[in-house]
Amino acid sequence: MTIVRTPDPPVAAEAAVRVRPARRRRKSQPEAFAFLTPWLLGAVALTVGPMVVSLYLSFTDYDMFTAPGWVGFGNFTHMFTDDDRYLQSVKVTLVYVLVSVPLKLTVSLLVAMLLNTRRGANGFYRAAFYAPSLLGASVAAALVWRALFMGGGPVNEVLAFFGWHTPSWVDDPRFSLASIVLLGVWQFGAPMVIFLAGLKQVPAELHEAAAIDGAGAFRRFRHITLPMLSPVIFFNLVMEAIHAFQAFTPAFVIGGGRGGPADADLFYTLYLFEVGFQDFRMGYASAMAWVLLAVIAIVTAIVFRTAKLWVFYDDAEERG
Amino acid sequence: MTALPRSARSFGWHVLCLVIVAVVLYPLVWLAFASVKPPDEILSRLALLPTRFVFDGYTKGWEGAADVGFGRFFLNSFLVAGLSVVANVLSCSLAAYAFARLDFRFRGALFAFMITTLMLPYHVTLIPQYVIFQQAGLVNTFVPLILPKLLATEAFFVFLIVQFMRGIPRELDEAAIIDGCSVYRTFWHVVLPLSKPALVTTSIFTFIWTWNDFFTQMVYLNDTEKFTVPLGLRLFVDTSSQSNFGAMFAMSALALVPIVLFFLAFQRLLVEGVSTSGLKG
Repeated sequence: MTIVRTPDPPVAAEAAVRVRPARRRRKSQPEAFAFLTPWLLGAVALTVGPMVVSLYLSFTDYDMFTAPGWVGFGNFTHMFTDDDRYLQSVKVTLVYVLVSVPLKLTVSLLVAMLLNTRRGANGFYRAAFYAPSLLGASVAAALVWRALFMGGGPVNEVLAFFGWHTPSWVDDPRFSLASIVLLGVWQFGAPMVIFLAGLKQVPAELHEAAAIDGAGAFRRFRHITLPMLSPVIFFNLVMEAIHAFQAFTPAFVIGGGRGGPADADLFYTLYLFEVGFQDFRMGYASAMAWVLLAVIAIVTAIVFRTAKLWVFYDDAEERG
Repeated sequence: MTALPRSARSFGWHVLCLVIVAVVLYPLVWLAFASVKPPDEILSRLALLPTRFVFDGYTKGWEGAADVGFGRFFLNSFLVAGLSVVANVLSCSLAAYAFARLDFRFRGALFAFMITTLMLPYHVTLIPQYVIFQQAGLVNTFVPLILPKLLATEAFFVFLIVQFMRGIPRELDEAAIIDGCSVYRTFWHVVLPLSKPALVTTSIFTFIWTWNDFFTQMVYLNDTEKFTVPLGLRLFVDTSSQSNFGAMFAMSALALVPIVLFFLAFQRLLVEGVSTSGLKG
C-alpha cells in the first residue's frame, strides 16, 4: 500500500505561512483560472459573500421572515451585559478549551513517547489508539459516552467499587462537563500520531551524547525532546484549540440537545445553533459567530506571537 | 530501571500498552455487547457479556422511527457521503493543481486567502449560506450538503493535495508540456495519477467526516424521509425510554460499522496521512 508523503507537520505548518517563490514558469493564465473556477466560485459565493453578509447581519435583528433592522452594536452589548445564557456558554466553552486541550496534548505526548520504540506490536497499538479519533465525532460515540457516564453506568459502578460514589455524571451540573472533556481526551490519537512523527525526527545521538554526559531521563526530556518537539507541539496546540472552540456534537448529544443540567453543557456553538435555528434570531447568531471568529483569531495570534519564545527550529537562521 | 533485564522491560511495556488499549477500546466493546443485551441489562449490570444474546434491538431499530426505516437513513448517508467524496476529490484537485503548478496573477494572495479559510469557523458563513439555500428552495434537499464540496470550500483538502503535488518531480509535467501536452492533459494523465495517495486520503477523510457530520445535516434536513444516520440516531434520544435503549445501541453500533471497516482497510494509510499532514480525526 502506498504511503502519503507530504512534508512533516512543522514543515507543513511553515509552508502554510510562506508561499514558495515561483520558479520561472510558462504563462498559463487562462488555464489556471479554468482550474480554479470551482474554488473561486465557492470562495466568492460561499465564503467571502456570506462573510460580508453575516457581518452586516450581526448589526441587525433578523428573523428570516422580515427584512433585517439595523440595531448597531445592540447585539454585542446585549450579549455581554444582558444575556446570562450567553455568558454561561462562554464560560463552558473556555473551561472546555482550557482543560481538554492541555490534557489531550499531555496524554497524546506521553503515549507517543511510550510508542516511540522499535518494538514489534507498535503498529497495532498505534492503530488502536488512533481509532477513537475517527469515531469520536459521531453521534453514536456520544450516545455510548452518555450511557457510560449515566447513573448506574459502568463509570459509576467502577468508581463505587473504589469507594467513590458519584451521581449520574451526565445529569449533574458538577460532573457533566467533565464527561465531555473526557470524551475529548479519549480522542488523543490524532495529535499522538503527529507527535510520534515528530519524535522520530529527534536524533538518537543527541540522547546518547547527553546520557553519556550524565543527563537523566527527565533532563533529556526537558532539554532535548521538548525543544526539538516544540514546532509539533505548537502545531497541535493551534489545531486542537481551534477544534475545541467549535465542539458541538458531544455537547448536543450528552446534554440532551438543550445544554445539559443547569446549562452545564451549553457550549458556544450549541447556544449559537439554538439562537439561530430554533429562535430564528439570525442577527444575534451572526454576531455570536463573529465574536467566535475574533476569539479564535486572537488566541491563534497570541500562540503565534509567543511561539518565538518557546518554539525552536533547528534551522532557525534559515527561517529568520 | 536500567537494572531490569531487557525482556522484563519489554514485558512491562506491552502490559502498559495493553492496559491503554483496554481503556481506549472499552467504550466500543461495551457498545458491541450492549447492542445484543436484553434491554433491562444494558445499564443495570456491569458485566460486559450479556446473560443471553438478544437481537431485538437490531430488528426494532431497523424499523426506524416515525414510519421511516433505518435502511433509508443509511441510504441517505451513503448518498451524501459518496457524492461528497466525488465532489471534493474533483474540485480540490483542480484547485490544488493550479496552486501547485501554474503561474497566474494574484497566485500568492489567493493562496494566502485559501490558507486563512482553513481557520475560519464554519459558523461565520453558516447563516447567510442557509439564507441563500433557503431562498433557492434547496433547504431540505442534499444540495446544501454537497454543493459546497463541489466548489472546494473545504480548503483543508486543497492544501493537502497542494502539499503532495509539490513533492512530485516538476520535470515530469514540464517534459509532458514540452512534448506538446496541454495543461489539461498533463493534469489528467500525469499529475493526477501520481497524486493518488493524496486523493485516497482525501476520499477517506471526506467520507468519514461526512458520515459523522451532525451539525450541517441537522441544520439543513427537516423531513424524516431525508434524514441521515446521525439524525436517525437522534430520534432515539428524543424518545429515550428504557425500552428504546436496545434499538438505540444496536443502530449506534451499525452506524459505526462503515467507519470501522474503512479504518481496518486503510488504517496504515490513514495513520500515515495524519502524521504527515496533520489531519484531524
